Amino acid sequence: MDSLMLGAVAYDPKVVTIWEGFRAWFAERDVDFDFVLYSNYEAQVAAHFAGHFDVAWNSPLAWIQSERIAAATGRTAQAVCMRDTDQDLTSVIVVRADSDIQTLADLKGRTIAVGAADSPQATLIPLVHLHEAGLQVGVDVEVQKHDLLVGKHGDHIGGERDAARALIEGKADAAAMIDGNHLLFGREGTLPAGSTRVLSQTPLYDHCCFTVLDGGGDAPIDRFVELLLGQSYDDPAVRPLLDLEGLKAWKPGRTEGFAQLSRACDVFGTIDDFVASVG
Amino acid sequence: MSREPVDLGPDGLERGGHLLLQRALDLHGAASVIGGGALDPHLRGWCRSQGHTLRVVGDGFEVDAGTARRGRWRGAAETGPVVDRPPATWGLAARGATVEAGLDGFRFPLDDKQAVWTDEAERLYRDGAAQQWDPATAIDWDAEITHPDEVEDAVVQVMTYLIENETVALLVPARFLAQVHPHFREILQLLALQCADEARHIEVFTRRAHLRRERLGLSTVGGQRSLQTLLDEPDFALASFLLAVLGEGSFLSLLGFLHRYGPDPVTRAVCGLAARDEARHVAFGMAHLTRHASLDPGLHGRLADAVRRRHDALAHTAGLNEEVFDALVLLAAGSWDREALARGHDAVVALKRAMDEGRRGRLRALGFAEAQAEELSALHTRNFM
Repeated sequence: MDSLMLGAVAYDPKVVTIWEGFRAWFAERDVDFDFVLYSNYEAQVAAHFAGHFDVAWNSPLAWIQSERIAAATGRTAQAVCMRDTDQDLTSVIVVRADSDIQTLADLKGRTIAVGAADSPQATLIPLVHLHEAGLQVGVDVEVQKHDLLVGKHGDHIGGERDAARALIEGKADAAAMIDGNHLLFGREGTLPAGSTRVLSQTPLYDHCCFTVLDGGGDAPIDRFVELLLGQSYDDPAVRPLLDLEGLKAWKPGRTEGFAQLSRACDVFGTIDDFVASVG
Repeated sequence: MSREPVDLGPDGLERGGHLLLQRALDLHGAASVIGGGALDPHLRGWCRSQGHTLRVVGDGFEVDAGTARRGRWRGAAETGPVVDRPPATWGLAARGATVEAGLDGFRFPLDDKQAVWTDEAERLYRDGAAQQWDPATAIDWDAEITHPDEVEDAVVQVMTYLIENETVALLVPARFLAQVHPHFREILQLLALQCADEARHIEVFTRRAHLRRERLGLSTVGGQRSLQTLLDEPDFALASFLLAVLGEGSFLSLLGFLHRYGPDPVTRAVCGLAARDEARHVAFGMAHLTRHASLDPGLHGRLADAVRRRHDALAHTAGLNEEVFDALVLLAAGSWDREALARGHDAVVALKRAMDEGRRGRLRALGFAEAQAEELSALHTRNFM
C-alpha cells in the first residue's frame, strides 16, 4: 500500500475532522494517508525540511518560506495542488462610507487596521499594495495590527474581523480584508451594508497549496494529486470534506499568484530571520 | 447558451442581490452582470465560494455557473409518500422532502411501517389536538367538597395510585417516541400528544389530591413491580399491547367508575376528562396492532406470550394494593354506613367485571378467539394498568 504523511496547521478544531475524513477516503483507495498537526506554520516548515512528513498543506506565506529555504539550501520546492478557492483572490482596503478618504494617497497620516502580522491577505498583501502606491508603510500610514493567533498566517478569520470592528468603531481610518470577507462581514452585521466603501482592491493573488520538497522523494505524490484532482463535489462521500475545507474542486498547483506576497516579504523582511534560521 | 443580463443596482451583492444572480444562473447557466457598490471584490468572493467562473468584460462581468450547485443534488432521495422501510439516511427530513445524499449517523430502530403504522393515525392526531383541554379552565377547582374526611383520604389514595400509573403511561410512549423514524410523522405526533395527555393527567390528579391534603397516599412494591414490567418491555408492539390495549383499556373502566362514583365534582371532572384522552390512546393501540396482526401472522402468538410472561413475572407480587381496593369501595360508598359500604363493594366487583369484559372485547377485536381472550384477560395484572 502507498504511504504518505501530510503536515498541516491546526488553526481550528475542524482541521482534525477534515484530515481524518481524508484519511478514511484515501484508505479506501489503498493509500495509507496520515497527518501530523503543528500549532504554527514555522514549526511545520522546519519539520518539512527536517523530513518529518512528505507533503505540507501550506499557507501562501509558508510556501514563500519553503521556496526561499529550498533555494538557500540547494533543494527544490513545488506547489503540486491547490483549491479552486485558492486562486485569483484579491484583498480590499475599506473606509467608512462617510470618510473623506477618496484615494490611497489620502491615507497619508491616517491609521489602517490590518489582521495578524503574518496574514498574507489581511496584512502583507494590502500593505505592499500601499507601498507600491507610493506610501511608506509605518511612516506615512500608521499600521494597527490585530495579532490574533500569530503563526497561523491569518488562517483564522478573527484578526480580519477585529480590524473591521476597529474601522467601524472609529479606532482606525481604514481596514484591510480579503474580498469575500467584506461581503461576509456585511451579512453578519460586523460591517452593516452601506456603512463602508471599498477604497482600493489589490491585484489577483493565490492562497494555500500542497507543497513537496525535492519532488517528494519516495512518497506517491503523483497518485496523491491524481486522487485529489479526481475528487468530485457530486460525490456525497467527499462533499462534506470539500465543504469543510472550503472548495468545490482541486486544481493543479501554480506559483505565479504568489508574486505579490513575495514582494511584500522583500519589502518588509517579514520572513528573513526565519528563513535564515532554517536555511 | 443565452447570457442573462442582471442589473444588481447600487447595492450590488450587499443586500440580497446574490439571489437575483443565482436565479439567473439557475435558469440560464450564465449571466452578464452590471451593478454598483463594491461589485468586483464581492462578485469575485461570491463566485469563488460558489464555484462559478467570473470574467471581467469591459465595465461589467460575465459569470458562468459552476457544476457544484447541481452536483449537490445528484443521487438525492425523494422521501414521499409513506414507504415500508425508510432508510436512516433520510434522517429528520420532512416526508416528501428531497434529501441530499451522504447523510449518516442517524439511528431509528422503529423504522418498519408494519410495526408502527396505522392509516388512522392522522385522524387520531387531529382529534387529539382538537380535544386538548386546559386544566386551569376545564375544571372548577373551587367546587364544594362536603364528604367526610375518611372518604377524602380514599380519594387521595386513589389519586396517588392514578399518578404512578399515568407516569408509566407517559414514559412508555416517550421511550418509543425517540425510536420512531420521523418519516412516520403522524405516529410521532400521536405519541407526543399521548405524552402531553399523560403529563396533564399527572397534573390534575396531583392537584386533586392536594385540594385537602398536603401528603399523598401509599405506593406499594407490588403495584410498582407491575408497572415496571411495562417500562421494561423493549418491543413496541408488545408494550403497546400491554399498556394501551390491556392497561389503558382497563383504565377506561376505572376512570368511568370514578367519573360516576367520585364523591365530589372535581374528582368526577378530572376522571371524566382523562378517560376521554385514554380512549384515544386505546384506539391508536388497537388500530396499529390490528394492522400489524393482519400483516404478521406470528404477532398473536407473541402478544399472548407477553401476557403470560408478565403474569409469571408478577405471580409472586400482591397485585392491586389493598389500600387502593379499599379506597375504591369507600369512595363508591361515600360514607361509613354499612349498607353503603356493601353497595360500594358491589360496585367495585362490577367494575372488575366490566374491565374483564372490556379486555375480552378488545382481544376479540384484535383477532383472538373467545377462549384465548378469556384466558389472556384473566391473566392481566391485578394492578389494572
